[in-house]
Amino acid sequence: MNLSRREFLQLLAAASAAGFGLPGCDKKGATTGAPSDPYELPPFGNVSFLHFTDCHAQLLPVYFREPNINIGVGGALGKAPHLVGDAFLKHFDIAPGTRDAHAFSFLDFEAAARRYGKVGGFAHFKTLIDTVRAQRPGALLLDGGDTWQGSGTALWTKGQDMVDACKMLGVDIMTGHWEFTQGAERVLEIVENDLKGHIDFVAQNVVDNTFEERIFEPYTMKEMNGVPIAVIGQAFPYTPIANPRYMFPEWSFGIRDEAMQEVVDEVRGKGAQVVIVLSHNGMDVDLKMASRVSGIDAIMGGHTHDGMPTPTVVENTGGKTLVINSGSNAKFLSVLDLDVKDGKVSDYRFKMLPVFSNLLEPHAGMAAYIDKVRAPYLGKLNEELATTDSVLYRRGNFNGTYDQVILDAMREVRGADIAFSPGFRWGTSLLPGDPITMDSLLTQTAITYPKSTLNEMSGETIKVILEDIADNLYHPDPYYQQGGDMVRIGGMRYSIDINGTIGNRIGDMQLLNGETIDAGRTYLVAGWASVQEQPDELPDIWDVVAEYMRDAKLIRVDEPNLPKIKGAKGNPGIA
Amino acid sequence: MTMKRRTFLKGTLAGGALTVAAGSGLLKPTDVLAAAWPKGAFDAKSEADAVNAYFGTSSASDNPAIKVKAPIQAENGAVVPVTVEAGVDGVESIAILVEKNPAPFATSVDLSGTAAGLYKTRIKMGKTSKVTAYVKAGGKLHTASSTVKVTVGGCGG
Repeated sequence: MNLSRREFLQLLAAASAAGFGLPGCDKKGATTGAPSDPYELPPFGNVSFLHFTDCHAQLLPVYFREPNINIGVGGALGKAPHLVGDAFLKHFDIAPGTRDAHAFSFLDFEAAARRYGKVGGFAHFKTLIDTVRAQRPGALLLDGGDTWQGSGTALWTKGQDMVDACKMLGVDIMTGHWEFTQGAERVLEIVENDLKGHIDFVAQNVVDNTFEERIFEPYTMKEMNGVPIAVIGQAFPYTPIANPRYMFPEWSFGIRDEAMQEVVDEVRGKGAQVVIVLSHNGMDVDLKMASRVSGIDAIMGGHTHDGMPTPTVVENTGGKTLVINSGSNAKFLSVLDLDVKDGKVSDYRFKMLPVFSNLLEPHAGMAAYIDKVRAPYLGKLNEELATTDSVLYRRGNFNGTYDQVILDAMREVRGADIAFSPGFRWGTSLLPGDPITMDSLLTQTAITYPKSTLNEMSGETIKVILEDIADNLYHPDPYYQQGGDMVRIGGMRYSIDINGTIGNRIGDMQLLNGETIDAGRTYLVAGWASVQEQPDELPDIWDVVAEYMRDAKLIRVDEPNLPKIKGAKGNPGIA
Repeated sequence: MTMKRRTFLKGTLAGGALTVAAGSGLLKPTDVLAAAWPKGAFDAKSEADAVNAYFGTSSASDNPAIKVKAPIQAENGAVVPVTVEAGVDGVESIAILVEKNPAPFATSVDLSGTAAGLYKTRIKMGKTSKVTAYVKAGGKLHTASSTVKVTVGGCGG
C-alpha cells in the first residue's frame, strides 16, 4: 500500500536524477505492484545503511506534529526542507489524506493522528529495524545523535536509559549534539566504557581547544559484504554557542569542512568504496557542505528535524552527493541501499519509512526493558498536571501551542512582563482531551540547564537578542544558521522581515496592551535554558510550568502568539 | 592596560610557530620585551590610526597570498583562535586588528627575514567584526581579512 507503484517510480526518477544507471531492476521492479505490507521493502544492492536521528530519548510512542512554518530564504526558498503542508505533499508527490501525508505534514493533524495513531516507540522501532535488517545482512544502523536527552528518564539517568536502549536496538555508529550537555566527563565515560565494542561514537569536528587534537575518532571503517565502507561523524558544529560551553569547556567544534575533505580523502585513500557522513549539521548546512566537499556518497543528517521522503542530490567537483535527513522522535527510519560495483556506487534505492506504532508489534525484550527503566520514576512521570483542550505542539519557526503554555506559565508564576522560551525543535505533541502528564511536560523541558530566570532588560537589549536569534535562523548563508527556531515570546508582539539583515529584521515591538517597547525602558523578562551558569536556588522550568498547569486544570491555546511575518508572501515554507 | 599586556604575552607565548621561532633565534629579543610595547598602536581607537602607529603607514594592498583563518562564528568571544598564513617572502611583521573592538589593535609579532610567516594566536572580540591581518614584507604592507560573528547564542535545535 505505502510502497506504491507511484513511489517506486518516484524513486526511479530520483535515481535517474542522481545520474546513476539502473541496471537490471527497472522492468522487474516496476511491475512489482503494491506490497500488502507497508513495511515490505525488497532488498537492493550489496551495501545498506539504516538511519534515524534526533529521537530525543522518546522510548514510548508519541504524537509529533510537523511544522506549518518552516521558511527558507535566499537559495533555500521553495526547496527541501523549506516546504510545508500542501506544498510539501506536492513536491514529494504524496497523496493528501494518506498515512504518508500524515507522517510528513501537519495537515489535518488532530483527525489524522486519531485515525493513524502514535508514531515511534523503541519497542516498535526495534521490530521494524530487525525486519528491515533481516533482509539486508550486514546493514549498519546509524544514529545521528540527540539521543541521550529529551525525557525525564534520560535526564535522571544521565542518558544511561538511552545508551542501553540503543545497544539493544543495535546501533552501530553514532554522533552527537545534546549528548554533550551531559557534560564532557559523562560523555567520555559512556564512550569509553558503555559504547566500547558496541557503538562507535564518531565526530571529525570536535577538538580540544588548546592543541586542536580530536576528542573522538573521526570515522570508522568496516567491511560490508566484502565492500570496504567508511562512516565519518559530524557533530553539531555550534554546540558551544547554542548550548552551555561550560559543560565541555575544553572542546571546540565548528563546521570544519576543510578537515572533512581531508578525512574523506584519507578514507578513500585507505580503500573505502562507500563514504557516508553521519551528520548533525542540520539540513541546510548539509546541503552547503555537500556542495563544497567531494567524495561523499551520502550525508545522512539530522538536527533540524526535517523528515525528507527523498534525498536531495547535490553536485560537487567530485560528482554527486545524496543529502538525506531523517526527521525526529524515532518517527522515521531511513533505508539507503547501494549497489557497489567495480569499486564505486553504481545505483541506489532510498526509502524513508514512517514508524506507525499500530502497524508494528512491539519487540518483547525492548518493551520489557523500557518498563524496567521507567519503573522507578513512574510516580513522578504519571502525575496528571492538567488536561488539554487544544492540540499542543512545539515545532514551527516562531511558536507552538505547547510553548505558549510555557510562556504563559513563566509570566504568571514568575511575574514577568515578557517571557522568552528557546526555539528548540524537540518536544512531542498532545491531542485535545489528553492528560498533560509530567512525562509529557518533560518532553518539552528536560535539559541539564533548566533554571527559570528573571532578568531586567532594556528594550534595546531585547531588540538585540531578537535580531541575533533571527539572524541564526534566517541568515541566507546556511553556515551562519544554527538550526534552532526563533525564540518564542510571550507578553510582546513584534514583526519580522525574513529577508532583512541583522539589525533590521525585527520591528513593531509592543506590549500586548499596544504600548510601544521603549529602547531605554527596563522590562522584567522571564526565560529558561540560559547558556550562562545560573544559581542553584532558581526554580526548574518544569516546576514553574507544572505549578501553572495544576492551577489551571484545563489548558486551552487556540493560537500561539506569532509575530507579523514580512516578506514571506507566496513562500511555500508557510501555511 | 595590564589586560592588554597579558593578552599580548599570552598570544605571543601561545603561538606554536612563534615559540619555535623564538627558540631558534629568529625573533629579535626586543620584540618580546616591554621595551617593544607598541603603545601608540594599542591606544589607537581606529584601525587606520593603529596601523599607522605600528607600521608608520596605513596604506596597504589586499593580497590573496595572505590567509586569515578564523571561525565564521566565535564559540567564545574572549578567545577567538586566529591563524595568519603569510604566503609572501621576507615577512618582517604581522599585526592583527579587530575593526569593531574599542581598541582595534589586537596583537602583533616581528620576525627576522628567515622565519616563515605563520602566526597563530587567540584574540578577544566584543562583537561581530572584520578581523584583518597586516603583513609587512619587502617594505610593503599586505592585507587580508575575515569576518567573525560573535553571537549571544542559546537556542539550538
